[in-house]
Amino acid sequence: MYGFAMVKGLLVTLKNLTRKPFTIQYPEERARQHPRFRGEEFVWYEERCTGCASCAKYCPLGIIKIVTSPSESAIPQGDKYRLEVFDIELQRCMFCGLCVEACPYDALFMGSGFEQGQYSRKNMVITIDQLRNAEKHPSTWFRPQLEGYEGEPSSGRGSRSIAQGDSRFTYDPRGGPPLGWREVGREGWRWHQREKAGMRLDTESAEQAGAGDE
Amino acid sequence: MTIRTEPMTVNVGPQHPSTHGVFRVRITFDGEDIVEVEPVFGYLHRGTEKLAEERNYVQVVTLTDRLDYTSSMINNQAYCIAVERLLGVEPPPRAKYLRTLTAELQRIAAHLIAVGFFVQELGAFGTPLMYAFRSRERILELFEMLCGARITVSYMRPGGVFADAPREFWPALDRFLEDFEVEFAEMEQLLLENEILMIRTRGVSPIPPEVAVNNSVSGPVLRASGVNWDWRKQDPYDAYDQVEFDVPVGSHWDNYDRFWVRIQEVHQSLRIIRQCIEQIEPGPARLELPLVLRPDPGREAYGRVEASKGELAFYLVSDGGIAPYRCKIRSPSLINLTIIEELLVGWKLADMIVSLGSIDINMGEVDR
Amino acid sequence: MSCQLAADNVLYANGLYRLVYDLVGTILPCWLSYVIAGLVMIFVLVNAVLLGAAVITWAERRLLGRFQNRVGPNRWGPFGLFQPLADLLKLLTKEDLTPDGADKPVFALVPILMVAPLVMMTAVIPFAENTSLAALNVGVLYILAVSSITSIAIFMAGWSSNNRYAMFGAARSVAVLISYEVPVVLSLLGVVMVAASMSLGSIVEAQVLPFFLVQPLAFFVFMAGMSAELNRSPFDVAEAESEIIAGYHTEYSGVKFALIQAAEFGGVGVVSAIAATLFLGGWSGPWSEYLGWLWFLIKTGAIVFLFIWFRATYPRLRIDQIMAVSWKFLLPLSLVNLAAVTLEVFLLRGPEGVLTTGDLGIMAVINVVVTVVAIWVFGNLIRDRVKFQARQPSDVVVPGVTTIEVH
Repeated sequence: MYGFAMVKGLLVTLKNLTRKPFTIQYPEERARQHPRFRGEEFVWYEERCTGCASCAKYCPLGIIKIVTSPSESAIPQGDKYRLEVFDIELQRCMFCGLCVEACPYDALFMGSGFEQGQYSRKNMVITIDQLRNAEKHPSTWFRPQLEGYEGEPSSGRGSRSIAQGDSRFTYDPRGGPPLGWREVGREGWRWHQREKAGMRLDTESAEQAGAGDE
Repeated sequence: MTIRTEPMTVNVGPQHPSTHGVFRVRITFDGEDIVEVEPVFGYLHRGTEKLAEERNYVQVVTLTDRLDYTSSMINNQAYCIAVERLLGVEPPPRAKYLRTLTAELQRIAAHLIAVGFFVQELGAFGTPLMYAFRSRERILELFEMLCGARITVSYMRPGGVFADAPREFWPALDRFLEDFEVEFAEMEQLLLENEILMIRTRGVSPIPPEVAVNNSVSGPVLRASGVNWDWRKQDPYDAYDQVEFDVPVGSHWDNYDRFWVRIQEVHQSLRIIRQCIEQIEPGPARLELPLVLRPDPGREAYGRVEASKGELAFYLVSDGGIAPYRCKIRSPSLINLTIIEELLVGWKLADMIVSLGSIDINMGEVDR
Repeated sequence: MSCQLAADNVLYANGLYRLVYDLVGTILPCWLSYVIAGLVMIFVLVNAVLLGAAVITWAERRLLGRFQNRVGPNRWGPFGLFQPLADLLKLLTKEDLTPDGADKPVFALVPILMVAPLVMMTAVIPFAENTSLAALNVGVLYILAVSSITSIAIFMAGWSSNNRYAMFGAARSVAVLISYEVPVVLSLLGVVMVAASMSLGSIVEAQVLPFFLVQPLAFFVFMAGMSAELNRSPFDVAEAESEIIAGYHTEYSGVKFALIQAAEFGGVGVVSAIAATLFLGGWSGPWSEYLGWLWFLIKTGAIVFLFIWFRATYPRLRIDQIMAVSWKFLLPLSLVNLAAVTLEVFLLRGPEGVLTTGDLGIMAVINVVVTVVAIWVFGNLIRDRVKFQARQPSDVVVPGVTTIEVH
């Protein structure tokens, strides 16, 4: 009968009236944030950074400013430079994560927060001191070692049976404790291992880092 | 007695609630009938092609996200295919499947937006749009799981995808497919046979196949005009030669068919996604390419895909440097806009909005 | 000193009016207390309409939210109840712009002209037994007459704004309003005929069986016509936001816009109240002498819910289709209803010209059948008309699916 589909439409909307709303009331509730979320507030580990400025070169917008000088004390640790300036102009950042991808030493990570709103653009530049002192909640974007199943064969059909509650998936950048520089390395990650000769750190720290990984 | 009337020129856009962004069209009306159309665009021009010449091959991926921001995965895919052809490399099979899968998810998301706004422009007060966004939200959540971003994904790289899907992705994808069937059936029940929608769109603004082909129209608009043409079938890329799907083709060439073709394509996309899940095998998800790519000088490559709006293609020329010498973007929205006169002239003001919605332009892509 | 109400005023005056009149009459001269009591009632009614508008704004936004799987405004007050107040405060603090080139006096007059008819219509609605401000014996006629003022106001808004979108909205609105008056009036004729009175109070009393059962067709036509007159979905062409921005009130801002919005949502409330009175039995119900107002509110709320539900579900029709629906669908339906009701009243009423409850029941059964048949017949007729209305701009006829070879 003509008009029947219009009645059907009314029933659809009525059915949805009785449903629980789909939206999330943001300040009180929060959507589940996935570990790879590319957030603001970059996480930077000075201990890992050599000052090579790969991130600055690879940034499509050129918003990372790095000034280094040869460091006397750091020479025994490998060709490490002393960083004087490490500014990230967050207001122009598009959070593509290419700087993280470019970093060969796992020194730079995407952050996991997203609440860095400021009233003035000049307040949005992240300086080296802010980076040093910030609580470090790195995102797992381009850092598979943080995802907890590195080294296992990459997942295919079979992996779909893995239960959701498996603790290996539950790295929560926001909720978990801040991570130190020893815990975030990619020493076990095969993809980059060939490219670099290992971390340029003093032997003691490297051992600790290795112990931390297991 | 004769009543003297005179045509009235109305400036629709660039600040109009339903011109899909900052599209502007100067329309001369005779009463409510359209007699003349003059599109004006360029308000969102960001010089993407020129910017691409100043960035290296991987950095350009982030620019492609911003072309058609409702289908950034497919933009990534088109660009990466172009770069791979430029380099003469082939991504590993797992990467191909991941790309196909995410591109189809993105196609669903884009078609949901297209359908939702199409009905919104018909005057439904947000309800179908909200239902569409409800489902799209789930897809964006899957994207966040994959690559940490929802709209500007930058998921694909020349030589594959940036990283394999996290394990939580697969169960989440299954749950999404399960729920989406129900939600989409609901939307279809609300819209597909709705009499008001039918009489508003059936027979309105038909584009005959000759006109469509002569104007290089592509995508759902072309298929709604009765031309069976889909680059996924005609020139299969990534894993599309491994999966089975049908190409829905319209028979009335009108606004309703353009809406109907999108709805049917969502079903076909679901089919493709299911097959991808079945067929995907473990393996590397990315070729081991250097961070800074240097294709051989003088090489050219044309990578094209069937994007949600039509044929999206990147034409790249290399001069041996780290950045493309020339990056030409063939954006479907811009080419589809060329039929605007056939589409609008002779119809009413209310049809104009709906017809514009039916070709589903995206200003990020039109103005680039 | 005590004043006596004039004899004909005593008949129509309600309790509150008389209370104020008597109270003020003890200290002031009679003519002054007459005026003061009137002003008090007007104050009450204006506030009732505006408060109703606020409540309906809130209800519409909340309900639309829930229809769309959202929450709706929920920040201000419990369940977001103060949201309309917040909106109003925001609008009051906004700049009151008058476009350059506007016809300023006309432009400024429109918001008042939009609200005034609503308040005037409220005057004759019985909220409970004997509670209308003026129990006019030509209430239905009065309502139809007063509600037509809105079309002039809308046209003034569109004309004076010096904006082409506003002009579009005004032209559309006037066309729609004039077309839909006809079926609405014809559908109300059936109601008046059965109740044998034009007074809203008598119509309520006549509804031992609610008239939406006795005359479902009239109810259908009235609701459709009123959706069109209120610019509600699916007939909201006059302010079709996706086409012509905001239609006739595109250029209004600040407090004028607030008044127009109040008129729009207040209109929904007033029309729902009228529909509840004419078709759902108004204040009648169990314990109606004490709970009449509650029954009235519940019935009005039900109609408001219907309006919101339609808005949440349907796309909008095109202007020519709306005219077609009016002249080719609703007008025949209202004529069918009128003919059926006339015949039934003629055949069924007793020697003293009164319809009993049993008569109404028989009418209800017959009219339900008539409604289904008539809607089916005319629905199919208009479907064919609409189908063949579609223009074929191309001479090329390619049947079915074509595949074009591209090399």
